[in-house]
Amino acid sequence: MSGVAATILFLGVTLYAVLGGADFGAGFWDLTAGGATRGRRPRALIDAALGPVWEANHVWLIFCLVVLWTAFPGAFAAIMDTLYIPLAIAAVGIVARGAGFAFGKVSETLSEQRIYGAAFAVSSVITPFFLGAVAGGIASGRVPAGGGGDPLGSWVNPTSMLGGALAVVVCAYLAAVYLVAEADRLDLPDLEHYFRRRAIAAGIVAGAIAFAGIFVLRDDAPRLFDHLTGIALPLVAVSAVCGLTALTLLCRGASRAGRYLAAAAVAAVVGGWGVAQYPFLLGTHLTLTAAAAPDSTLRVVFAVFVVAAVTCVPSLVYLYVLEQRGQLDSH
Amino acid sequence: MLSAVVAAAGDPAQLLPARTQMAFTLGIHIVLVPFGVAFVALALIANYRGLRRGDDVALRLAERWSRVAAVLFAVGAVTGTVLSFELGLLWPGLMRRFGQAYGIPFAIEGLFFFLEAIFVAIYIYGWKRMRPWPHFWAGIPVVLAGIGGTLSVIAANSWMNAPAGYTLRHGRVVSVDPMKVIFNGAFWHESIHMLLAAYIVAGFLVGGVYAAAMLRGRRDRYHRVGFLIPFTVAAIAMPFQIVVGDSAARWVFNNEPVKFAAMELIPKTTRDAPETIGGAASQAGEIHGPKITLPGVASLLSGWSTSTRVRGFTSVPPADRPPVTIVHLAWDVMVGLGTALLGLAAWFALLWRRRRDLTRSTWFLRAASVAGMAALVTMWAGWTVTEVGRQPYIVYGVLRTRDAVTRADGVWLSLAVVFVLYTLVAAATFLVLRSMARRWRRADAAGVGDSDVPYGPARVLEANPSSPAATGTR
Repeated sequence: MSGVAATILFLGVTLYAVLGGADFGAGFWDLTAGGATRGRRPRALIDAALGPVWEANHVWLIFCLVVLWTAFPGAFAAIMDTLYIPLAIAAVGIVARGAGFAFGKVSETLSEQRIYGAAFAVSSVITPFFLGAVAGGIASGRVPAGGGGDPLGSWVNPTSMLGGALAVVVCAYLAAVYLVAEADRLDLPDLEHYFRRRAIAAGIVAGAIAFAGIFVLRDDAPRLFDHLTGIALPLVAVSAVCGLTALTLLCRGASRAGRYLAAAAVAAVVGGWGVAQYPFLLGTHLTLTAAAAPDSTLRVVFAVFVVAAVTCVPSLVYLYVLEQRGQLDSH
Repeated sequence: MLSAVVAAAGDPAQLLPARTQMAFTLGIHIVLVPFGVAFVALALIANYRGLRRGDDVALRLAERWSRVAAVLFAVGAVTGTVLSFELGLLWPGLMRRFGQAYGIPFAIEGLFFFLEAIFVAIYIYGWKRMRPWPHFWAGIPVVLAGIGGTLSVIAANSWMNAPAGYTLRHGRVVSVDPMKVIFNGAFWHESIHMLLAAYIVAGFLVGGVYAAAMLRGRRDRYHRVGFLIPFTVAAIAMPFQIVVGDSAARWVFNNEPVKFAAMELIPKTTRDAPETIGGAASQAGEIHGPKITLPGVASLLSGWSTSTRVRGFTSVPPADRPPVTIVHLAWDVMVGLGTALLGLAAWFALLWRRRRDLTRSTWFLRAASVAGMAALVTMWAGWTVTEVGRQPYIVYGVLRTRDAVTRADGVWLSLAVVFVLYTLVAAATFLVLRSMARRWRRADAAGVGDSDVPYGPARVLEANPSSPAATGTR
């Protein structure tokens, strides 16, 4: 049962990375879109694309937290009271990003839009960095089973920095790829070109960081490295193939097929992390079985997951379909 | 309610800032909850009326309300996320020991929140392009998910007051009965009380905006309908709320006697216990300060007879008592304002029955325009009674708050950061809503639709990149 709960948890993490991550990445492109005049059109596309979906995508984070603390309460507490600094910063970033986006959308004057837009954009980069650093701290086994780990060293370390950097770049990459498709759907060739160039650049940088990450992990998190190059190697390979194919398609001018491959590349990496950790939740000192809640609780988690799969997933699909058909209009 | 929470000797240094941060962030989030739960329901009533009777005024109100709801829902979503972080960041001891039981209602809540977020987006963004009736129906899941979400979150909270459904062995939870966790002893009255509170606060606050506008002379049909829909909903809920609240108080009398003694300011166990309004208690159990005493009433209300025995708070040592005076005064505020709001609802019913023109009754409109604020204060006070009254326990009778708090450094710093951030967010929310209201007033005065507002992203994208419109400032 603990394996089932862990699978559900990682599914949540993957979906948050692929869906919520793109929303953070859109903030990255908002931040780097230049002055008010130059960045007007890319920012407008970002606004229109994010408006209807970011809150639903954000719920995956809540889903992960809830599953983690219900199914693996001890590990949740240990992670929270070790990595409290990056987590607190991420929480602040989440508030600033959501509020900034919602306010910016309805404000009228340029000065207001600048302030809210800046809050949205800056926190869209900060939040994934620190969440990535948290992932790095967990993946490199720096969270003791009983909590109370090193409050600084647990996230100021090579694997965490790799995790943070990779999170920011991957989010930016995903966002750019999705925005190419969005621009194509809305028939905006200038923006399609704009985001295509950025998607290719971000894809190359993400690939480079991931490659450099191999050496970081070999020194800093040898167990993770062994398993990523061992049992999880097929997933890493799938990620590489998908990533390269997506990049090729983007270079050749395809607009829509690339996004599924890009998402698959990211999903495979997150899944690879999960496989490499197995059967441990924290380092090599806390197994999933030891960390798991009683079976009756895990059954509830599973039941909630099944109900979510039959209610939320079709609803989510309905939301995306409406959005893709242009039925949802941002004001 | 915070400054008076004095740290007892031996409490960890993190306890005071952690409790303050939790109370502050929850206190802000709870302002947004009624809108998340009830605002779309109010908009749907107007929407239905608009579609059924071809009432354009009602439709315009519905669309604008849903746009306000969009802003408030976003702020509510992120401040709610902070709360879920805080459960771990501030109270790891609670989650470590009881996450497997306490977490269950939250897992279910996550499901409802998901549905709510999805359909809120469809409803809010579907106004222009979706067909009217499918669009209306897309709003219904929001209302249902709001109800389900409220019940789930309060299931978790009520479990803290009435922990049940788990077996401990050597201090570790070894088995869990999910149904008993969810449907714990305090579940029904607490969750219905909060659900009604959400509709009351949202109804009175939204209605109050239009009451205030009517006082300033804008007595057209738009303002009248804008007032009547939310205000009627809140007024109808009011008497039910009093009944539920009364049964909640009796449950506390039977199950959390020390909290009840603090609420009623009863130091020594006695029959013929008086109802005290105002006043404060010392550590030794002496009552001082200005107060009104109604002999026998507390006994009468809790057991239908003045001979009902009511336990006093000095029956437990000071270390096991909540901060009595805070709980008592919060209780007084809740009961007092709740009763006043019931009176206002009755006044509304009376004016309605006599078919009087509400918009001409200046005193009624004055009362109605402050009713929202009063309802909000009532809700805050009610939560203070529940949460502060449960102290010194975080899980009643099982786990003390001091044993659940984080041992991490820097809680004061995080409190300071959160305080500044939330103040900015609150100010920005207020400014944004005010600017939306002004824009709509201008649009109405000019007789143009809301979509003629400039700077909308869609308009930027529609424009040709080389045209002057697109090269202007953002």
